Amino acid sequence: MLKKAVMIFLTGVFSSLAFFVTALAAEAGAAAGEGGGEARMWIVISAGFGMAIATAAGAMSQSKGLTAALDGIARNPSAAGQMVTPMIIGLALIESLVIYTLIIAFLILGKF
Amino acid sequence: MEHGGISWIHLIGLDRIKLPSLGPLPFLGEMPEHMPPYVANGLLVMGLVILFAVLGNRQLKKTRDPIIPDDRLTFRNVLELIVETVLKLLDANMGRRGKEFVFIIGGLVVFILFSNLSGIVPGFDPPTGNLNTTAALALTVFCLTHYFGVREHGVKYLKHFTGPFLWLAPLMFPIEMIGHLARPLSLSLRLFGNIMGDHTVILIFFALMPFLIPLVVMALGIFVAIVQTLVFVLLSMAYFSGAIEHTEH
Repeated sequence: MLKKAVMIFLTGVFSSLAFFVTALAAEAGAAAGEGGGEARMWIVISAGFGMAIATAAGAMSQSKGLTAALDGIARNPSAAGQMVTPMIIGLALIESLVIYTLIIAFLILGKF
Repeated sequence: MEHGGISWIHLIGLDRIKLPSLGPLPFLGEMPEHMPPYVANGLLVMGLVILFAVLGNRQLKKTRDPIIPDDRLTFRNVLELIVETVLKLLDANMGRRGKEFVFIIGGLVVFILFSNLSGIVPGFDPPTGNLNTTAALALTVFCLTHYFGVREHGVKYLKHFTGPFLWLAPLMFPIEMIGHLARPLSLSLRLFGNIMGDHTVILIFFALMPFLIPLVVMALGIFVAIVQTLVFVLLSMAYFSGAIEHTEH
């Protein structure tokens, strides 16, 4: 019940933030002024939102992996070393997917 | 994102070396006039690694008893630690045939580790923070995979790409090709993104709050440097063992 209320609240907060982001980006685009202002606005919005979505998905996946590793360590603390190494490798591989999105964001923003 | 300012290559003068002008190359276009900074940094890291190797070799000849290690933290112990780590990695991941790959895996470990860690030391620009260096490393691993596969299997290496049944080959061959081509892409982009991102974050934190906060980010940078080396080398070993495996149907 509480979880459902929290989910609805967060959805409302993020969807209202979308309006603010569009307003700010439109203002920045209008301040730039030329014909590329509209495209620049969409580039900035997509870079920001794409990065946020990728980071959220990456963090949730990493938390699932971390939970499983911690459960294993709690069950058998003496074998902890053999569980930490695959955990680190798994976290690094998941994080690399988030970094691909960061590279795309840098590419479209032109900051390479 | 360039370092912008001064680093050791500017002080030594490695960036003022004029490259010989060979005219326009077939696919790559014109060559740059001066040596690019990532090549100069890569040469610096390579010089450091070769220096360590030469000094270590001289230490090896000077020891009285090669089996008993020294009781303090000496130079020889550190180098033995590195070599033992590489051998343990190879043993755990490649089984019996691991010893043949000591040179390529050890070279990758030492070069990538030293160049990642050189990004944490102020005044150095990590060569792996540039897509050219990491693409070179990933392409080396890619070409070596196929070289080891052909050396091991001959023409039958193509059977790796056809899947379980022979009549599935027209379907499986493009899928396997795309999967194989994605490997150097992902290897290079992963290493490049991690190291460049870390370097950028350290610079941003220095701009925001130069007092004590960058220490935390630099500790994270050291951790990421070691983990990314491990991930790169583990994936290379997985690709090598996938190329030389003898599957029993």
